Amino acid sequence: MLDLDDYGTSDFLQILKRRHPELLAMSNSSDAVSSAHTPEPSLRSYEGTTVLAVVYNAGVVMAGDRQATEGYQVGERRIQKVYPVDRHSAIAVAGAAGPCIEMAKLFQVEVEFYEKTEGMSLSLEGQANFLSHLVRSNLGFAMQGLIVLPLFAGYDLKRQRGRIFKYDAVGGRYEEDDYYAIGSGGKDARATLKKRYTPEITRQEALEIVAEALWDAADEDIATGGPDLIRKIFPTLYTITEEGVAEIPEVTVEELYRELISRL
Amino acid sequence: MSTPYYVSPEQIRQDKEDFVRRGITQAKEVVVLEFRDGLLMVAENPRKTTFKISEIYDRIALAAAGRIAEYEALRVAGIRESEIKGFRYYREDVTAKWLTNLYSQHMGAVAQAWDAKPLEIELLVCEVGTTDTSTNSGIQRNQIYHVAFDGIYSEEEKYAVIGGRATTITEILEQNYTDGLEMSAALRLITETFQTVEADTENDYEITPETIEVACLEHTAERRKFRRLSTDEVSNLWRLGASL
Repeated sequence: MLDLDDYGTSDFLQILKRRHPELLAMSNSSDAVSSAHTPEPSLRSYEGTTVLAVVYNAGVVMAGDRQATEGYQVGERRIQKVYPVDRHSAIAVAGAAGPCIEMAKLFQVEVEFYEKTEGMSLSLEGQANFLSHLVRSNLGFAMQGLIVLPLFAGYDLKRQRGRIFKYDAVGGRYEEDDYYAIGSGGKDARATLKKRYTPEITRQEALEIVAEALWDAADEDIATGGPDLIRKIFPTLYTITEEGVAEIPEVTVEELYRELISRL
Repeated sequence: MSTPYYVSPEQIRQDKEDFVRRGITQAKEVVVLEFRDGLLMVAENPRKTTFKISEIYDRIALAAAGRIAEYEALRVAGIRESEIKGFRYYREDVTAKWLTNLYSQHMGAVAQAWDAKPLEIELLVCEVGTTDTSTNSGIQRNQIYHVAFDGIYSEEEKYAVIGGRATTITEILEQNYTDGLEMSAALRLITETFQTVEADTENDYEITPETIEVACLEHTAERRKFRRLSTDEVSNLWRLGASL
């Protein structure tokens, strides 16, 4: 039967919490932390990732490596860490793979649900704020080491520019003007971006420094995967502009890396 | 104690149907028509923000004739149930057939309740077919379900019409419809049909790109197949259709 009582809310998370709490591991995580023993939080070990975003003159590039790690083992070589959210935004995740994927999926559904019920897109600022609540609702899990830290980027149609938001474990939201990188290789990627970034760079320049930053991160950080020329696995790159979110084709990414390697 | 009146079930049903018919006969029409790349949906609706056609889920759209407020509640409920199902299982598991059953059960229950007014609304639940043979739904065709106020539904083929003059419009479409139309030709067919019907009435109402609402489900699109056409896009198609 159709339940028309929920008419007023455009918040999918609220509806799931009330009607299907079993589908949300995250919202129950505060119970989990009170009953379970809390191990020594070793959050870093779960962040085997490098994801980053760079603002350029027509929008923003968002990218991520493809490797998931289990301790010292490679868990997965082709995992996706960057997910388009709506026509003008994307989320990249670092942290424990399961909760990360769940958060990205829930966030995408939430934004689309809002758009369809309200008949207009949720503003980029609104999306960034909502993501803050999602991260905070994962705090219980985060305390047990199952942390999810997203990087959020999009093209702000009102302000006519690309924007980047980073988060801390309690849902704190911080805007970055130029670029940012998170995950275990985040610091290494940021070092490259810091040296190579200049304001108002072109799309091609942005793609090049993103590829190089991911290369350096993979070079320094064992938990970040580099381009795999044998298996043909390459980092995923997306551009977000006024026209929308577009994935850079794999052949183009391969070219970027072949060019980069030839310069080394 | 007084003896309650006996009213036969047939009478109750007839009364409710008469009540709904009075409302629906005043409702402007919505046409859903199969064209080369999917389903084209056109409504006579000069308003710019109150829509009669809307996106429900990836491949599914909903069109209605009747009371906007009642449509609105059903629309949002449909999106909600679809998103829940898609989140719980998989996006492809959300189908027009399933959604039609949900609407049908709800509208039937309301129509049968002794203390509730039946919904003064008719629905078209549409799902665009797929060219992708790897999907697990097993259904490749476009689907159109017509749900009446009492929840009784039927599956339509090629095109379907709801609203006051649905019968007349269907008769005209029967004569003029051909398979595999381009979108502009399909739009032209529908608008000319609207115009023919309007010409029969007393008032000289003219159909223009400003007085219609147009949306489509295209199987060529990415995940979200629904697209609402702006007045500019409709004008361009209109010119294209006129030059055919």
